[in-house]
Amino acid sequence: MTIYSQIAGNRFKTYLIFGIFIFLFTGFFYIIGQVYDSATGYAVIGFLIALFSTLGSYFYSDKLVLATTGARPATKQEFFDLYTVVENLSIASGTPMPKLYVIHDPSPNAFATGRDPKHAVVCVTTGLLERLERSELEGVIAHELSHVKNYDMLVSTITAVLVGTIGLVADWIFRSFLWGGLGNRDSNNRRSNNPAMIVLFLLALIITPIVATLIQLSISRKREYLADASGALLTRYPEGLARALEKIASDPHQLRTATTSTAHLFIANPFKKKQVSSWVTSLFSTHPPIDERVKILRSM
Amino acid sequence: MNPIVITIVVIAVIALYLISVYNQLVVLKTRIQEALSGIDVQLKRRADLIPNLVETVKGYVKHEKEVLENVTKARSALMSAKNIQEKAEADNMLTGALKSLFAVAEAYPDLKANKNFEELQRQLEDTEDKVAYSRQFYNSNVLDFNAKIQMFPTSIVANMFSFKSFEFFKADEEERKKVEVKF
Repeated sequence: MTIYSQIAGNRFKTYLIFGIFIFLFTGFFYIIGQVYDSATGYAVIGFLIALFSTLGSYFYSDKLVLATTGARPATKQEFFDLYTVVENLSIASGTPMPKLYVIHDPSPNAFATGRDPKHAVVCVTTGLLERLERSELEGVIAHELSHVKNYDMLVSTITAVLVGTIGLVADWIFRSFLWGGLGNRDSNNRRSNNPAMIVLFLLALIITPIVATLIQLSISRKREYLADASGALLTRYPEGLARALEKIASDPHQLRTATTSTAHLFIANPFKKKQVSSWVTSLFSTHPPIDERVKILRSM
Repeated sequence: MNPIVITIVVIAVIALYLISVYNQLVVLKTRIQEALSGIDVQLKRRADLIPNLVETVKGYVKHEKEVLENVTKARSALMSAKNIQEKAEADNMLTGALKSLFAVAEAYPDLKANKNFEELQRQLEDTEDKVAYSRQFYNSNVLDFNAKIQMFPTSIVANMFSFKSFEFFKADEEERKKVEVKF
């Protein structure tokens, strides 16, 4: 698989995710509408919300992600090493210099976002800068720049926003059901309670696979390995990234500002669960196991 | 009538193929030229820092005047370099001369404490890195292009329009290591 087919694949995936999202979201609202005897009205509302959030996720996802993670811009004076490393590697890969952000957090981690290389953002934590040597930082940044170049961050960022939207709407519907259930108690208790329960059931039934599918679609292990490999090609020093990954993995801190909808953006899983290498956890985890990545990097 | 149509179709297909290959090669060639101007930008930045550095160091260094002269010499060689090979040689010379200069500076605590010197040293190291990375980008583009124009059937088109292979921008790693060992 070449880089160019990877880029085309990621573009296609983006449209596919948008399509699935709009279709499922509208359908979902249609089902809710059935309960309230205004299916079409609800479907229209659902369609509008879905359309709005897909457009929003395409054009503003980077800003949204930066806002939820609490990142702020990094200047050359303040973060000389980070800034020059990014400058240098952008020169080496022939991509425009991305905007740079820093999260104040002791947990070492990094991610890239933005819809194309011209609107790319690279973000690292202060913990990462404190813990890594320059050559290790180069490894991490080269990995992120590879994601930028391959359009991986477009797919993962829109996923972050859309998954976030689903979570929000699910939460909102859940609350409105609780309120509605209490308000209608005296008038038609039995009639509204029953469909509501059915819808709640459907909600759980539909939302979970949607979220899972979206995340699964956006994430492919191959992509992380590919970014590791093309990053190593850029720095000509795979050991740098290998050591950086080891340091990131051995760090006990959890990233405070990461959420389940943004977790897959980061270079390493921001939630430090005990790494149980059972089949199920590796199937649902958003990142390939770090020791596996380190092993491959060391064998380059 | 049929043979005429077939001939026209064949000619059209060949023409389309030639155009697409030609355009591909032009794109690659333009990318190399862009990468080369990227190196030039960094080399110029580097050369522009030198007079400032020489001015700053001059006041402190008493005995090792030839170290400064070497730096100045390497800079003028870099400024007057015409082709890639000359540029690469002059840049390697400058790198070596600067290494010696910074090694000499170790013996002058006042100079090392000078804020201006510290800043210049940092910037020079930074531009050296940037030269290395822009060289890497240039060389990988040259590699793509040179490989492409030698491969059949693109080689036929390349010969037809006389696309020539480009020279690599060589870094003199050996030279650098030698200088480092000396101090």
